[in-house]
Amino acid sequence: MTIFLQSLISGILIGGVYALIGIGLTIIFGVMRVINFAHGDLLMVGMYGTFYLFTLFNIDPFISIVITMPLMFLYGGFLQKVFINRILGALPQNQILLTIGMGLIMSNGIMLAFTSDYKILSTDYSSSSFDILGISISTPLLISFAITAGITVVLYWFLLKTDTGQAIRATAQDREAAQLMGINVKRMSIIAFGLGASLAGTAGALISPTYYIFPQVGSTFTLKAFVITVLGGMGSIVGATLGGILIGVAESIGGVYFGSGWKEVVVFVLFLLVLLFKPSGLMGKSNT
Amino acid sequence: MLTIDKLNFSYGDLKVLWDINLEVHEGEIVTVVGANGAGKSTTLKNISRLVKPTSGSITFQGEDMEKLESHQVVERGIVQVPEGRKIFPEMTVLENLRMGSYIKSARKAREANVERVFGMFPRLKEREKQLGGTMSGGEQQMLAIARGLMTNPKLLLMDEPSLGLSPLFVKIIFEIIQEINRQGVTILLVEQNVFQSLKIAHRAYVLETGRVVLTGEGNDLLSNEHVKKAFLGM
Repeated sequence: MTIFLQSLISGILIGGVYALIGIGLTIIFGVMRVINFAHGDLLMVGMYGTFYLFTLFNIDPFISIVITMPLMFLYGGFLQKVFINRILGALPQNQILLTIGMGLIMSNGIMLAFTSDYKILSTDYSSSSFDILGISISTPLLISFAITAGITVVLYWFLLKTDTGQAIRATAQDREAAQLMGINVKRMSIIAFGLGASLAGTAGALISPTYYIFPQVGSTFTLKAFVITVLGGMGSIVGATLGGILIGVAESIGGVYFGSGWKEVVVFVLFLLVLLFKPSGLMGKSNT
Repeated sequence: MLTIDKLNFSYGDLKVLWDINLEVHEGEIVTVVGANGAGKSTTLKNISRLVKPTSGSITFQGEDMEKLESHQVVERGIVQVPEGRKIFPEMTVLENLRMGSYIKSARKAREANVERVFGMFPRLKEREKQLGGTMSGGEQQMLAIARGLMTNPKLLLMDEPSLGLSPLFVKIIFEIIQEINRQGVTILLVEQNVFQSLKIAHRAYVLETGRVVLTGEGNDLLSNEHVKKAFLGM
């Protein structure tokens, strides 16, 4: 029982970060109907930013997100304005080519600049943990989960209560009607991609004390983000939140009970099972 | 107020509008009637700049709209209530209304306008927390009109507001259109319900396969032989 609880809690903690990655991807998809295959690479850029802020300026990774978040937002907004806004009406395969290409340029650019060596961001709490009722909780994971929860709450508030947030949702629900309300949908797209990039970069920052940092680390996370988003229902933010936690828990429990080599299998079996019974995802609308 | 001069428009190789000339004066209800596929909705889409004309010009209050984006058209005071309502399905009635007053000039009057449209549509007030997508067609149409009014439009474009509604709702909707007009909003109404719309319109245009074939006062067109034969089954 302790083992189960242990893996459940570890899963939830890491799932929070996954949720952040998935929410970013789902916002981008919701507003633009574009699947961002560079999502993991944005996360990777966030990791490198965090790593160098730490090694060069000695800024703690959890504090440096106040720098990474806005910078990644601007970077994402720039990518949207310069590249993605041009292909919004294009064929899906062209959109896929563009985002994959952007991802390749990011990972190879980073490789060129910083070599492909694995880097480790080691803080004095990187491997520290504490016990509650016999369950050991990793300090960095707990801190990152708390930050994730905070960001998610603020994000929900932004999307539900502010004019800009509502305009983003309106654009996602009916782009043409949004235009007829006087909403500048291109601007909403820039904000949406900025948000997505910012969330991906923040997730990268949050996991950097516990993950290896290397230029190709993004591809794993692009796949993960995709699974989370589809599992939750494309475009659904609540779905991505649930999906992230669920994938985190499945990985963690799978790793403990079947061995770490099998955890991906557990994740994908769960993924296929959900899609088998609810093809549109947990929170998806069946007719869209 | 609004002048359309020699408007041509094609969807790819398919030419849909041929040299459309149309004029709307301040305070009027102008209706564009015609069969399905005559180009009525496409004309409105060109005005809202959801699509861009192939040639010709559209001028609103002296300004050529050539360079405007859709959202800027709304800022100028032209608001469209689109065909099929296009309610935001996962937003509540109140949130839909709030989106109607998204533009800066309408935000100040937001609370007052919510009260105003709730006064016009008491049924919307009863359902203010309901999701737009779960309402009936007639209620959605009311919401779409109310949402359009939240923007304080000078010119309201209405695309088939009576489409798919029960006779009772059709009657209500046409009464509402007249009421909105009495409050000082100019209206350009596109309809397949030729009889009803000619009855309330000051002036009307008849569109056939992308061309204006007839124009005149609403009542005159009601007694026009061609209109009677083609649209009223008389």
